[in-house]
Amino acid sequence: MEQPIIEIRHLQKHFGDLHVLHDIDFNVNKGEVVTIIGSSGSGKSTLLRCINLLEIPDGGEIKFDKQNILDTKMDLGKYRSKMLMVFQSFNLFNNLSVLQNCMIGQTKVLKRSKEEAKQRAMAALKQVGMEAFANADSTRLSGGQKQRVAIARALCMDPEVLLFDEPTSALDPEMVGDVLDVMKSLAKQGLTMVIVTHEMQFAKDVSDRVIFMDKGVIAEQGNPNELFEHPKQERTRQFLSRFASSRQAEA
Amino acid sequence: MRLDFAYCWKMFLENWPMFWYGIKITVSFAIVGTIGGLIIGLIVGAIRGLPEDPLDKPWKKAIIKFFQAIAGFYIWVFRGTPMMVQALFIYYLLRPVFNWTPISAGMIIISINTGAYMAEIIRSGIQSIDRGQIEAAKSLGLSNYQAMMHIILPQAIKNTFPSIGNQLIVNIKDSCMLNAIAVTELYFQAVSVAGSQFRYIEVYFVTAILYLILTTGATALLNFAERKINKTSTVSHKDMSA
Repeated sequence: MEQPIIEIRHLQKHFGDLHVLHDIDFNVNKGEVVTIIGSSGSGKSTLLRCINLLEIPDGGEIKFDKQNILDTKMDLGKYRSKMLMVFQSFNLFNNLSVLQNCMIGQTKVLKRSKEEAKQRAMAALKQVGMEAFANADSTRLSGGQKQRVAIARALCMDPEVLLFDEPTSALDPEMVGDVLDVMKSLAKQGLTMVIVTHEMQFAKDVSDRVIFMDKGVIAEQGNPNELFEHPKQERTRQFLSRFASSRQAEA
Repeated sequence: MRLDFAYCWKMFLENWPMFWYGIKITVSFAIVGTIGGLIIGLIVGAIRGLPEDPLDKPWKKAIIKFFQAIAGFYIWVFRGTPMMVQALFIYYLLRPVFNWTPISAGMIIISINTGAYMAEIIRSGIQSIDRGQIEAAKSLGLSNYQAMMHIILPQAIKNTFPSIGNQLIVNIKDSCMLNAIAVTELYFQAVSVAGSQFRYIEVYFVTAILYLILTTGATALLNFAERKINKTSTVSHKDMSA
């Protein structure tokens, strides 16, 4: 069962003088749902973007299926298509319809036939409850609908890992539930997911492991019940209580 | 100083074949120059606007830099010199090689000249596109080239359509500079008519009206096209239907 699909060793990242990631080490096992929490600026999004190589690490190793992806001989298009990112701002292709958004990666990267791609796309759209919008203009959808299409677009590629970068942070509160429900159902199906989120309840419900990041290091990690109920580190406790109080203030 | 409207009309009718011939040439040059320029501009603009990928191998980066430098030089020269000078220089320089007529030389020169402006329009269109579009394309595994062809350029063309269309208007007017290499466009014909009539004011007044009719017509056409494009904001993707 303990079969790591991603192994990260000594990962370093600077933005100019800013040291964003200090020596990050962790594994993601096959079928595992890992959520990364932490305050803004703790480096959690950067870590996720490094895994997808949207940011290039300055040092360390990222191994995917035992292969170091920072090795220059790797075929990056292929690697990226197995490790798909869902963005905070959705980033649906504005010039394409919903269906075309879900097909372009399949036809251009996976070289699937148009028929096959269309079938896979429709199945994925059905899974996120957006099949009725297949021919819609992607710019005309609401935020929650866009994010569900973005998830379908990623699913179509039959990825090994899905990466979520604060997928609900740009949504109106009433749409957050729809997107989280889709993600929960994916977690149940055994997809490997790494999720950066501020939705603590969701993190608690869905994840097998929670990682708390602070100032560019992994401060604490463990199973969700333990980490949320009995945090070992003082800074984890502080973060969680700050979060709880801001939640109460909202309510 | 007197403008004789009655004479204008009479002279216009008498010399209609001359003017008509000039109009046909001017319109052809404007259309060929704009389309040719757009094709050149798409290629050059895409090279100039290619987003840098830190993962590219050093040799690939060097090749891209090299082509970007050539593209920059081309834009610098052709935007920085008058088309009339370009026309005279290129026409005479290459006449021994191609043995070309003023018409074919003129069409190539106006395309190259427009291409320099189009390249900058396309580049600005590429730069105006949200970075997230490129990141999403890369995340799906699309190559830089595929992202450019299927995601970035279609949006850049749509966003800059008014500026692209404006080049058609510019070309209707600026094609008159090709009279320097004896292209028989509208202005060239007007000079001939004026020379035979010795009535400069009336001939150039009529010529100005004719140019105004052409540019007004082109503007109406472009506005119509723009409305059409904005209505169907999803471009029917030709690779998708193929």
